[in-house]
Amino acid sequence: MTRPTFDSLAVGDEIGTREVVVDRARLVRYAGASGDFNPIHWNERFATEVGLPGVIAHGMFTMGAAVALVVDWAEDPGAVVDYQTRFSRPVPVPDPGSSTVVVAGTIGALDAEARTARVDLAVTYEGARVLMKSQAVVRL
Amino acid sequence: MPINTEYAGREYPATAPYAVGREKLREFAEVVGSTHPVHLDPEAARGSGYPDVVAPPTFAVVIAQRAEAQLVEDEAAGIDFTRVVHADERFTHHRPIVAGDQIVTVLHVDSIVERRGLSMVTTRCELAGLLPDGSTEPVATVVSTLAVRGEDA
Repeated sequence: MTRPTFDSLAVGDEIGTREVVVDRARLVRYAGASGDFNPIHWNERFATEVGLPGVIAHGMFTMGAAVALVVDWAEDPGAVVDYQTRFSRPVPVPDPGSSTVVVAGTIGALDAEARTARVDLAVTYEGARVLMKSQAVVRL
Repeated sequence: MPINTEYAGREYPATAPYAVGREKLREFAEVVGSTHPVHLDPEAARGSGYPDVVAPPTFAVVIAQRAEAQLVEDEAAGIDFTRVVHADERFTHHRPIVAGDQIVTVLHVDSIVERRGLSMVTTRCELAGLLPDGSTEPVATVVSTLAVRGEDA
């Protein structure tokens, strides 16, 4: 892969797609790596008691996994200067088994002065968006 | 207990420094599938012009969440964590976070807005790197909104 150059990009260009497979073990690992030990992400009994259908993925796990597509495309993690999202629906994670989140990135805007590209991420689970307004601004 | 709206506008003192460790960055990068060598290999990072391995874009949440705990774990603030949903999150990076950084964080409660049985609590963490002379430089701004359901919602 080579680093994309600002001048080679056009709004609407696709940067690629990736599938993120998430199971309970990954949620436990994310809890440890991030320090977010909210039991809704690993304890079925607790999750159902607070009204969830079951254990759900950390929104921040999904957000972090989605932007990896942008980092690999930009060939530089330090190039992502801004990244935001809204969490629109949870990703349930069964046991046994796993859930697959699909990430697709498109160039949503270009700022010629700042030489930044805004990558808009479509992040879906079973065809429905789990992140909304998921946008990463990349300096190129 | 309802949310204490008097917390809006509050600013907390800077946290104790968070020491960004190489293995912690690797652990975080690997679990989110961010396997670019610049996250994992100090030589690759230096080859790209960084002093050490670089944090993934959302790693700042690890540091921000420790600062946010000052609010969410404060019983007087009235945030019942069993009723909380993460509504949105934004990272603005003033410079990349790298292993070896010492980060101090100032937590601001930007707003608490109540509407239709929901309280929207927006916090802003200003992460700053400690410099050898004791001054700080801006590293990242992390804005997070929690939606807290009311007791009868």
